Amino acid sequence: MMRALFLSAAALIAAPAAAQDIAIVNAKLVIGDGSAPVEGGTVVVRGGKVVAAGAGVAVPAGIERVDAQGHYVTPGIVAAFSRVGLTEVDAVSGTNDRSATRSRFSAGLDIAPALNPMGSPVAVNRASGVTRAIVAPGSSSNLFAGQGAVVDLADDMEMVTRPRALQYVAFGEDGSAKAGGSRAATFLLFREQLLAARSYAGNPATLAEWGNDAMIQRADADALVRVIDGTTPLFVRVDRAVDIVNVLKLKGEFPALKLVLVGVTEGWLVARELAAAKVPVLVSPLTDLPGSFEQLGATQSNAGRLKAAGVDVAVGVFDDDDAHKMGYATQYAGNLVGLAKLPGASGMTWDQAFASISSAPARAVGMDGSIGSLRPGRVGDVVIWDDDPLELGSRPTAVWIDGKAQSLTTRQDRLRDRYATPQEGALPKAYDR
Amino acid sequence: MIRGVKGSLLAAVSLAFAGCAATGDEAKSAGDKPAAAEKPVKFNKDPYPSTYKAYPSRSTVVRGVTIFDGEGGRIDNGTVVLVKGKVEAVGAADTPVPADADMVDGAGKFVTPGVIDIHSHLGDYPSPGVEAHSDGNEATAPTTPEVWSEHSVWPQDPGFSRALANGGVTSLQILPGSANLMGGRSITLKNVPSRTVQGMKFPGAPYGLKMACGENPKRVYGGKGRMPSTRMGNFAVNRATWAKAAAYKKKMDGGKAVDRDLAMETLAGVLSGEILIHNHCYRADEMALVIDMSKEFGYKVSTFHHAVESYKIADLLAKEGICSAMWADWWGFKMEAYDSVPENIPLVYKAGACTIVHSDDANQIQRLNQEAAKALKSGRRMGIRISDEQAWTWLSYNPAKALGIGDKTGSLKPGKMADVVLWNGNPFSAYTRPEKVWIDGALMFDAMDPKRRPVSDFELGQPGEGDVK
Repeated sequence: MMRALFLSAAALIAAPAAAQDIAIVNAKLVIGDGSAPVEGGTVVVRGGKVVAAGAGVAVPAGIERVDAQGHYVTPGIVAAFSRVGLTEVDAVSGTNDRSATRSRFSAGLDIAPALNPMGSPVAVNRASGVTRAIVAPGSSSNLFAGQGAVVDLADDMEMVTRPRALQYVAFGEDGSAKAGGSRAATFLLFREQLLAARSYAGNPATLAEWGNDAMIQRADADALVRVIDGTTPLFVRVDRAVDIVNVLKLKGEFPALKLVLVGVTEGWLVARELAAAKVPVLVSPLTDLPGSFEQLGATQSNAGRLKAAGVDVAVGVFDDDDAHKMGYATQYAGNLVGLAKLPGASGMTWDQAFASISSAPARAVGMDGSIGSLRPGRVGDVVIWDDDPLELGSRPTAVWIDGKAQSLTTRQDRLRDRYATPQEGALPKAYDR
Repeated sequence: MIRGVKGSLLAAVSLAFAGCAATGDEAKSAGDKPAAAEKPVKFNKDPYPSTYKAYPSRSTVVRGVTIFDGEGGRIDNGTVVLVKGKVEAVGAADTPVPADADMVDGAGKFVTPGVIDIHSHLGDYPSPGVEAHSDGNEATAPTTPEVWSEHSVWPQDPGFSRALANGGVTSLQILPGSANLMGGRSITLKNVPSRTVQGMKFPGAPYGLKMACGENPKRVYGGKGRMPSTRMGNFAVNRATWAKAAAYKKKMDGGKAVDRDLAMETLAGVLSGEILIHNHCYRADEMALVIDMSKEFGYKVSTFHHAVESYKIADLLAKEGICSAMWADWWGFKMEAYDSVPENIPLVYKAGACTIVHSDDANQIQRLNQEAAKALKSGRRMGIRISDEQAWTWLSYNPAKALGIGDKTGSLKPGKMADVVLWNGNPFSAYTRPEKVWIDGALMFDAMDPKRRPVSDFELGQPGEGDVK
């Protein structure tokens, strides 16, 4: 039974370049929008886009059929907050483009040219079912870290789906360290830089007039103008309950800001305020230790409580390795399902948990119309799984990105195969490939 | 006489603290007198003895439950009997049970031995991770076998309670960090809250010595412009230190008077087999060199920790009888972790070498069962046959043996410590959590009872006190 599936996937992988028109039939189909899985479902992808998905969907004549044999078929996972593509080996600085702490620029930094789609983390994450990622820069020398992107994890050179899809800034202890040692300095610097950008937008000559006294460089001002007018969502790392409230208040002075809060470890303490502000949050849901004094209230029930309060919650993997192990998103979401069974704890239903790692991050970055679910019109990012995708160790058996079948073989697989028996044969292992 | 020395020093120290005016001279004269009269004696090997005592327990029976016994055995619809802090019986549905026991219905649930984490820094790198709490690396010299991790452990680290409640961890080894080639002694703890570290110390557990290969020591000391700055420097410093230790031990064994040297005492303890080597080492080629070094100086490595390349030399590790303590899938954070494969754990298991899942992390210690589950699936996917109950050996009996406590805990055999977890489903599922955790038969965590949820001093009076975590 499985062989048919593997063979068909392998046949597709032989020609990875072009988008195929395909129909995946006989699926336990997960749309990714929070609805329940559909047995016997079909998803049809044409021209790289989903055209139909559900039960009773007709398969167009002449289109290639893939039989999922009753297995789970889902949209690809969207890594909610990551650095995939920005680093190969973290401790090897030449391969690590997360941060630019010695650059004279900040908000103007754009990670797009730093992304490496050929890096092994892209392949490893893809093989765990991640097809898109929201990628943010780490930090700059100043308060604003720069502009992130939404990317795909396909096996090709063009990684960027949407460049400059977000601006990133850390408040709390990290922001305080950047701004001069106090949260007071963070809020003032934030405001002054936005106001400087606004002046610049009104009269570009002002920057030249300010000369060396300028708060920001021209490139930074350009980027911040787009933050002020809401063109670029502003992702804010913030954890302490009162810091969250203060960040929400920024909308009073800059009403067009499109805020997305990241971390939000003590969010459950101010869930009502977050819900009222209609600000989406990205949480790393298993953070439950008071790692710092701004995370004293940490609990794995944070995501569930926020969800129950009406906050739009996306789940990511970022208080952990945020570049190599995006596949942990499924494990973390699965843990939320388990929490729902525990007395006194808050978690999510399976359907909510899956949506929290597909359509919810897409919505947070303003792209749920194009990625993150199998609703018609979305990109053809489809995964067939060998088992329940939220269960431990489940893996994709086939992945399409923009309708193109993807290789699932990683460098790790090659090492595994070489050492499946560790003893050397007639020749050293170096000849074994 | 030893006691006398200790007693007078303690008296001097407490005097100094009490009065805030005692001079150094007073302390010195108080301590010197008995020492001057002393003949060569064996040093007290247990100067900070365990004060741990099992907490009160009730006879408890779990019935109708699936049991992984920790040594690879499984019983469906089984019965577990805990009496007076010990495993009394493990068997089928017809196992006799005491009349006065608390009865727990285990239908749909699983019982396992408590998880044992062979690699933790809880207490010596506690939460919150502020600078004032950074007590895990005495990174002032490349070899510091004289330091003992128990002297850094903060018993109020909230991480202990998370490991208990979410991870079902009942024992754990606290190691010094890996900045140094020889980082110091480790300590094995029972995962019980206590006012003092002595109240957590696992009675009768041998000490360990943490060693580290590779990038960390050469980076830390090379960065300070001193030896070692290369891997060959790592080995040279290690070998010179072992040679000195061998000479010290020879003198001691010959009954000659030796000046107390806390570093050499630890290393002599390793050479005599009383102290176990726990060696942080990622790369296969370095592990092979360490094995030769251990033979050169006459000691044995208990366990290679992190061991991301064990799969490349699993045959050698099996032959030498050395355990590998591993993550399921950590990789890419440093060069020596670049060749990690998700099949490392099952490949080591398949070769017949001792296989352990470890955390080295205050988060992953809360779900070592899930890490094992991922490794298990990866192994099965490549065709390695491993049952769930066999995989549980990675989490309790194998680490217990590697820590020298395998005769006391780590499996559900009659007479062993009743360190037991009741899971509310299959523990290799993401949807499962510990429901109850017993340590020496005492119920230390109960998901159904908020009063059986420990709250450290640090978290008392803070946001989220006593919350589900």
